[in-house]
Amino acid sequence: MGLLTNLRDSISRAASTLFSEEDPKRIGIYGPPNAGKTTLANRIARDWTGDAVGPESHVPHETRRARRKENVEIERDGKKVTIDIVDTPGVTTKVDYTEFLEHDMEKDDAVRRSREATEGVAEAMHWLREDVDGVIYVLDSATDPFTQVNTMLIGIIESQDLPVLILANKIDLEESSVQRIRNAYPQHETIPLSALEGDNMDEVYDKIAEYFG
Amino acid sequence: MAEIKGPDDGVQIDLISGERMDGLASMEKIRIILDGVRDGNIVILEEGLSPDEESRLIEVTMTEISPDEFNGIEIETYPKSETADQSILDRIMGKESTKKLTVIGPANQIETLHKDETLISALVSRK
Repeated sequence: MGLLTNLRDSISRAASTLFSEEDPKRIGIYGPPNAGKTTLANRIARDWTGDAVGPESHVPHETRRARRKENVEIERDGKKVTIDIVDTPGVTTKVDYTEFLEHDMEKDDAVRRSREATEGVAEAMHWLREDVDGVIYVLDSATDPFTQVNTMLIGIIESQDLPVLILANKIDLEESSVQRIRNAYPQHETIPLSALEGDNMDEVYDKIAEYFG
Repeated sequence: MAEIKGPDDGVQIDLISGERMDGLASMEKIRIILDGVRDGNIVILEEGLSPDEESRLIEVTMTEISPDEFNGIEIETYPKSETADQSILDRIMGKESTKKLTVIGPANQIETLHKDETLISALVSRK
């Protein structure tokens, strides 16, 4: 029996290696805190699987753990593209717990949140180096995209030769400027959207299929 | 590096040459930067870090943040890296050029006032 089980395991391992090309690509959703990454992840997951990925909030660092939604099947032009979405914590180089106190949080809660946030950012960086096959980079089009964190992260993604799609989120806001993002990162295609309102999601799905299919 | 300042004497700035960083492993570079910054110094790297080292710097910085003690770092480089002009072959062969002046300081002491392709203007305060 043991021999048979071993043989079956070996065949199964060989088959999974052979067909690894078929495995869904892991697409990391990256960007600074409060760009709308989780809102986008939830929008994509709800549109194609019916489930959400995680809670959304206007308080920075709501997402403090990378969350993966597996086997999201996106249909474009009769073809199916299957991806795993990895919603990651917003990347930053600093976390000050006193900023959370401004959101009506007690000190203990703010300190705990900041500790979890730092762990989450470290986790996101690790995923980026080791575990994603492509990146959706989400920016808030109502804020200045020309920040060091954005420049560094896009540089890190480029250095790994990962396909990257830049999304200019929050186009429903009056201060939104998609052109500002296009000017900051002219080497990449920028797609405008509102993940909250669901504006321009068709083009987003077309591009996801094109870049990651 | 020699300690030359008293508590209220000002802000120490360490300008580290590319030559000094060249022979060091990634974690040694990150240690030099973070040890300096955690002492309240401004660290200026003549030739900056590679993207992979920048990624590890963010990761290690996060593990060292501690409430009321260390809030993290502020880091500034000129936005356009030379990597965009290089061939994939050069990058695979490790010839990637990352030579860009980089300024790193404690997040609670340094504030960027202005930044563009050719100028970084920052305000540095004492602890």
